[in-house]
Amino acid sequence: MAKIAAIPMILTALCVFVGGTLWTVVYSFTSSRLLPKANWVGLDQYERLWNTNRWIVSIENLMIYGICSLIFSLVIGFVLAALLDQKIRFENTFRTIILYPFALSFIVTGLVWQWILNPDFGVQNIVRSLGWASFEFDPLYNQDIVIYGILIAGLWQGTGLIMVLMLAGLRGIDQEIWKAARVDGIPTWKTYIFIVIPMMRPVFVTTLVLIASGIVRVFDLVVAQTSGGPGIASEVPAKYVYDTMFLRQNLGQGFAASTMMLLAVAIVIIPWAYLEFGSRKRD
Amino acid sequence: MTEATAVFEGAHGPKPRRTFSRRNIFLYGTLIMVALYYMLPLYVMIVTSLKGMPEIRLGNIFAPPVEITFQPWVKAWAEACTGLNCDGLSRGFWNSVRITVPSVIVSIAIASVNGYALANWRFKGANVFFTILIFGAFIPYQVMLYPIVILLREIGLYGSLWGLVIVHSIFGMPILTLLFRNYFTSLPEELFKAARVDGAGFWGIYFQIMLPMSLPIFVVAMILQVTGIWNDFLFGVVYTKPDIYPMTVQLNNIVNSVQGVKEYNVNMAATILTGLVPLVIYFVSGRLFVRGIAAGAVKG
Repeated sequence: MAKIAAIPMILTALCVFVGGTLWTVVYSFTSSRLLPKANWVGLDQYERLWNTNRWIVSIENLMIYGICSLIFSLVIGFVLAALLDQKIRFENTFRTIILYPFALSFIVTGLVWQWILNPDFGVQNIVRSLGWASFEFDPLYNQDIVIYGILIAGLWQGTGLIMVLMLAGLRGIDQEIWKAARVDGIPTWKTYIFIVIPMMRPVFVTTLVLIASGIVRVFDLVVAQTSGGPGIASEVPAKYVYDTMFLRQNLGQGFAASTMMLLAVAIVIIPWAYLEFGSRKRD
Repeated sequence: MTEATAVFEGAHGPKPRRTFSRRNIFLYGTLIMVALYYMLPLYVMIVTSLKGMPEIRLGNIFAPPVEITFQPWVKAWAEACTGLNCDGLSRGFWNSVRITVPSVIVSIAIASVNGYALANWRFKGANVFFTILIFGAFIPYQVMLYPIVILLREIGLYGSLWGLVIVHSIFGMPILTLLFRNYFTSLPEELFKAARVDGAGFWGIYFQIMLPMSLPIFVVAMILQVTGIWNDFLFGVVYTKPDIYPMTVQLNNIVNSVQGVKEYNVNMAATILTGLVPLVIYFVSGRLFVRGIAAGAVKG
């Protein structure tokens, strides 16, 4: 009976997760356009992919966005958690305020920040009207910095979650350790860097994996905030896949691009899984 | 619990600190600045949605409205246009309701049974499927988008509401199954064994013993799913047709449409309307929401 009840799970695991992934990888070696067709072309799609400027821009954007959002999320998340961990009053209020953007969708996030960063009405306009007439801050209309405009919105939405996870990690640290550090006269910042952070390694690893797998999926935020523009300056891989598959009817190319995304995720996930299982065996 | 210990430790600590010590000013000052920064977008949204267009063109997006008007809200809800339809966001709202309700019910029903089967019955091969499921949570959605299009087309549900319900159930499964499995594993095993001895079967134990005991985890799962499905954009745009587009997709179409004059106040009213459901859930459920995302995140 248990097996019959678990049929939806077994079907999902085998048909969608394993089957679907294999199917996409296999058909990335075909020249499918409007419909999937099994005419093999070897690595042609990949060759074309890496010769497409739009894909290269997408990858560059993902790298910049990824590295920045990884560093800033971890640093901001940890600092905020450390501040909230000082036995302060109104901790719940602060936490509620910092976490609420996480409840909002990327579409909503993207549209709000599109409005705030609007050069004619938003931040740039305000600073100019205060008297600094040459002030320039229009990330969404400047090809060189547009990805940072998206980063601002992404960080606003996601840092709350990282903070909550870090806070849980900090609370898990034995109070005795703090006392011992104080008795030895170690300054607080040193205790954090040399004792507490190394002890929180598991929390850092999970948040890292979480942020990394979220970064690869960035799609709605870009669609809402810039639609990939100006020009193609803020394209990302997930959007490239969607556009080639569903708007340009170039399935093979979309499969190749999504297979590259899968590869990127595998590079992050496999070492992590290895570490997890490795440490579990030792326990 | 943490607050209780904090109070306790405070009573036993060294001499009380002055309220306005330099440390406190720095600490609370920083936190208040941060809180203001995080509140800013919500504030700007609300303020903009209550202004008339002439006021927006003249002024400052951070200034409170001089003349409050609810016209933008009415327009966003009932008159804003996407393509040829001019019946506002209300259409998207009801579509989202019609998508979210069955998706939440179906996905939670399936996942709770999965979790129960995994935790208590440990059938052969269970761990293999479970491991695949958990790894599946990390596969980029883009990889599986098209195979699912084919699957849905085969069973005749592509482009329909029920097709989308299936998609949400599939992609919600890894995290929900994990959530339920961990919860059911934490219940005392004697309960299950005693019921077995009394001759209760698979469904008997599930409905009469497990379900009544696991209300809290169902609430957590519901919060997780309602916000997740309400906020979804990708699946909505891929697997449905324009007349059943969920709210997020319709919102994006309204705000980012290239034709016509941009009405920023209407856009912001529409944006708040779309964010309202998850925000209300967040502020009402508080701690449970945090528990839900933490459970989903830490192990996910």
